[in-house]
Amino acid sequence: MSEALQNMYWVVIFPGFLFTVVAGFLVSWLVRKVSALVQWRVGPPLLQPFYDVIKLAGKEILIPQNAQKTVFMAAPIIGSAGVLLLSTMLWRITIGNSAFVGDIIVAVYLMVLPSLALILGSSASASPHASLGTSREMKLVIGYELPLVLALIVVIIKSGGQLNLAAISEQTTALSISGILAFLVSLLCIQAKLGFVPFDIAEAETELASGVLIEYSGALLAIWKIMQAMMIVALPLFLVMVFLGGFGISGWPLVFGIGKYVLVVVLLILIKNTNPRLRIDQAMKFFWVHCGIILVVAVILAMTGNIYGISWL
Amino acid sequence: MSWKTWSLKKSPWVFHVNTGACNNCDIEIVDCLTPKFDVERFGIKLVGSPRHADALLVTGGVTAQAAPRLREVYRQTPKPCVVFAVGACACDKGIFASGYHMVGPVDKIIREIDPDAIIAYVPGCPPKPEAIISGVVKALSIL
Repeated sequence: MSEALQNMYWVVIFPGFLFTVVAGFLVSWLVRKVSALVQWRVGPPLLQPFYDVIKLAGKEILIPQNAQKTVFMAAPIIGSAGVLLLSTMLWRITIGNSAFVGDIIVAVYLMVLPSLALILGSSASASPHASLGTSREMKLVIGYELPLVLALIVVIIKSGGQLNLAAISEQTTALSISGILAFLVSLLCIQAKLGFVPFDIAEAETELASGVLIEYSGALLAIWKIMQAMMIVALPLFLVMVFLGGFGISGWPLVFGIGKYVLVVVLLILIKNTNPRLRIDQAMKFFWVHCGIILVVAVILAMTGNIYGISWL
Repeated sequence: MSWKTWSLKKSPWVFHVNTGACNNCDIEIVDCLTPKFDVERFGIKLVGSPRHADALLVTGGVTAQAAPRLREVYRQTPKPCVVFAVGACACDKGIFASGYHMVGPVDKIIREIDPDAIIAYVPGCPPKPEAIISGVVKALSIL
């Protein structure tokens, strides 16, 4: 019984829902504020993401006439559940030493769930704009999953075949040539997963009128916003754990950990603010051809380094 | 004041509907988002879909072609929502008042489907960004 309560506490309150959502709102405020500063504006107040979600929760929920209602309403919950599980798992590995063999693979699977839920929800909404967004989101997922997995293979080779996030985050993979290549490419994959600007092809506000989310309103849209807020906590944390040596629990390692996390987030924001949106074919070509070639080189370098014992390769 | 109204005042998302405007009012609306005025300070955000919106910024005296679209967009906007008639044309058809194709103004079209709709008027040809912001503030303060 007490173990079940302990698990509930982990998922609902501390590293899980409550903590992740509050942290996610603060970070999404940071995203909007830094974007505003880059554009010489003042930007929104600190609590703006909270206001947005509270307001959305109080609005009317409209469901399109031809929509598949169950899937339409379940999709945001499925997506949020996936991200919640990912975030809880990553924080528990950081704080509570609850790593297990193969958790990096579980994390890769859980990271696909939000995109899958977006695809489900938008294709259930019976809107032509949403279906265009769906097809773009599918192509984008196919595009960025390949380089992301290749980048993780580089990390696994560098760590000597470890499939355990705690063991992987003990070393700083990004301090080698193959590691920095893999880090940069997976930063772009995370950019695409978050739907930030060069890869916001599926949401495309100017052409698709926010694409995949077009038919969502009220509390359902609020759940999508909460999911996006949780993603911006979990995905950069995953990058920090895999490439930059992870978070500490106390003292300087904790400060450095927060510094690394903020560094990743600010890099994402700067990429977001300095690039125009790509077309879907350009994005596919970018991920498969350019990132693919870079990563093949990185894998070869990592294997050479491993065989000859050169740690900087 | 209920929490719904309070939060609505804190983050009004607007959707921009052009019902036959000459583009002057549209440019002034977009001006509100520029660094000089930066309405994001007040949580105002331009959204792409009427289903995300709390306020409709309607420009232009409504043409016969645009009227059914305006009604449809209003139906698609989750309530509670505010309609802003921005510019002289949207308020009272402006210089196009005697045009054969004008079926507006905006308030008449909206009231046909929802007599209780909240409609705010921002006159001017085009209204200055300051006037639009002042209109939004006044409309939100009487909600």
